[in-house]
Amino acid sequence: MKKKQRLVFRSILLVIIAVAVGYTLYSNVFNDKSGSVQKGDQAPDFELTDLQGNKVQLSDYKGKGVFLNFWGTWCKPCQREMPYMQKEYRNYKKQGVEILAVNVGESRVSVKNFADRFHLSFPIPLDGSREVTKAYGIGPIPTTFLVDKNGKVIEKTSESLSNETIKSFMEKIKP
Amino acid sequence: MKTIKCECGHSNPFGTEICESCGKPLTNENSRELINMRYEGSAVRSQTYNKTIVDKIWNFFSSVKVGIWIIIVILIAAAIGTIFPQEMYIPPNVDPTTYYKEEYGTPGQIFYLLGFHNLYGSWWFLLLLAALGISLIIVSIDRGFPLYRALKYQRVTRHESFMKRQRLFAVSDTGISMDRVKRVLAKKHYRIKEDNGNILAEKNRFSRWGPYVNHAGLIIFLIGAMLRFFPGMYTDQTLWIREGETVAVPGTKTEDGQYYLKNHKFIMELYGKKDKEYSAALDKTGNPVPKNYQSNVTLYHAGPSDVVGAKPELKKERDARIKVNEPLSFNDFSLYQVDFKLNEFHRMNLKLENKKTGKSYGEIKVNLFNPKSTYDLGNGYKVEMVEYFPNFKLDENDQPTTENSVPDNPAFVFKMFTPETTKGETAFIGIRKNVEAADNKYKMSFSGIETKNVSALTVKKDNTLPIIIIGGIIFMLGVVQGLYWNHRRIWIQQRNGQLWIAAHTNKNWFGLKREMQNISEESGLVMPIDQSDEKSA
Repeated sequence: MKKKQRLVFRSILLVIIAVAVGYTLYSNVFNDKSGSVQKGDQAPDFELTDLQGNKVQLSDYKGKGVFLNFWGTWCKPCQREMPYMQKEYRNYKKQGVEILAVNVGESRVSVKNFADRFHLSFPIPLDGSREVTKAYGIGPIPTTFLVDKNGKVIEKTSESLSNETIKSFMEKIKP
Repeated sequence: MKTIKCECGHSNPFGTEICESCGKPLTNENSRELINMRYEGSAVRSQTYNKTIVDKIWNFFSSVKVGIWIIIVILIAAAIGTIFPQEMYIPPNVDPTTYYKEEYGTPGQIFYLLGFHNLYGSWWFLLLLAALGISLIIVSIDRGFPLYRALKYQRVTRHESFMKRQRLFAVSDTGISMDRVKRVLAKKHYRIKEDNGNILAEKNRFSRWGPYVNHAGLIIFLIGAMLRFFPGMYTDQTLWIREGETVAVPGTKTEDGQYYLKNHKFIMELYGKKDKEYSAALDKTGNPVPKNYQSNVTLYHAGPSDVVGAKPELKKERDARIKVNEPLSFNDFSLYQVDFKLNEFHRMNLKLENKKTGKSYGEIKVNLFNPKSTYDLGNGYKVEMVEYFPNFKLDENDQPTTENSVPDNPAFVFKMFTPETTKGETAFIGIRKNVEAADNKYKMSFSGIETKNVSALTVKKDNTLPIIIIGGIIFMLGVVQGLYWNHRRIWIQQRNGQLWIAAHTNKNWFGLKREMQNISEESGLVMPIDQSDEKSA
């Protein structure tokens, strides 16, 4: 009887310690991007104004797939993928996929000149205060999130995307 | 469970070396060596069962040797981690994968590859700390409780060989007054227990609990450190905020909403002529010496919002001045002044002028963070901004571009419209770079710049501090308890017409011997002999 008690006591103590240490490790090491949006998360809703002065709110796109891109005019890899995004936007808009290209912290003038130069027709929300950029925990740009029709992030990448990749992404989030 | 029954009738747990009650040695019974009194010869629990996996884990951590190895490994790892800077202290815009190699060569690369660049948050270092915590708990349980039991059940009359095999021991004739002995012992603050004319005099038993109190403190300390990783317990973030800007304070978002901060002004003061008492020292350095770094701010709070970026409805909390060591504290959070950037370009002023006459047709003020696309000067004079490069550079194809979005080196392409030149004339304006068509009639000329300062604040919150402080205090109490008092015991027994005396202390034998000398002088008791001296002699 006493021996059994001892085993129970030891097991309980070890389990308590294991759970506490496991949680600490999980929250520190394996989840150190805490605060940043990851694959599988619900995409945080945001509201910004776009280049034309229209209000853009992510939740308004429920039911559509959203190709959510964070970029800057001065970033070459962002520049490279823009023409492909524009091309695929034309193909997939009718199929219910929207592109939101959030500009990180730049002035309207710079962004407008850039958009004109590349003939971009998708909405470009301006994140002047970088609040949305921070909320999404963006490190390097470009960073692209694929948000499905339920508002869930199904892919996150920080690579400069090729035309093929963008096309396959569009297929993935097509509602 | 097997027990060992001693001839005195007491049942001891399996593994016991000295009977808890009468002190008879249960192993090496016939030896004449001194008894090992560590843990009173009680059964260290772990060494006795080894059945299930739980027992095996338990027994591994129960070993003091294992515990010491864990400490050594932690010390070595922590020391190696200080050889090169940790990742958080290297410049923020460099790539750590290459930085350590370039800066410190091969040792730096090894340092990085083995994960020492982020040592104190790495999973294996945390596991080592956890192992230390487990070791402390198990070692204490396994030794503390049996020791407590052994001291609780100890009998006044001890077994013959227990007495003989104590380090301090003597036999003498009876015939001294036991009352006098007791009086002397009581004067020395011994607590006396009697049984059949035998005496056990004991003092400072509590000092034996010192190591366990100390371990408890250490475990509380480790728990406090662990709690840092639990949500809402700990925050340490940096916030750069320009003069005039209102930003969300990172880490302060809760279910009730979020704090915002507006920076009105950053002030840096230097010691000057007014500070006469320091004039000699100031003359000596020759360089300006800063006196004060200060941010004048207003704290706001906004209700909860599910939408990021939406303009929040700010409710003013209070105005404050944040100085070094004088943080703005609110609701567990503190904002400290930590850094600054002076004179960041904010606005550039330019004049539209006639090249020939030099006559000005008005000034435009370009906000470098948010320039307008058109500046109307009235009377048909107008300037359009065609291109804006906040941090101008030429790219590899000699095309104008910008390095990033910080306006450190602003450059513009303007189109100037006047009643005379209705089609517009184009000019490129940068700092010390003006490019324009030779036949342009008008030009933009630089007329001034406005700058703003930027404050850096850290947002701190540490709810674990009280726990860590309490853990530290308990730790120190344990150290003091175990170090400044010694647990001393003196046994006096009547045996076959002789008087047997044995004495034991857990440390500081010199002190015990001196005390025994004193007691024997005052009471006539014979001075026991140090049997370990005899052996070595």
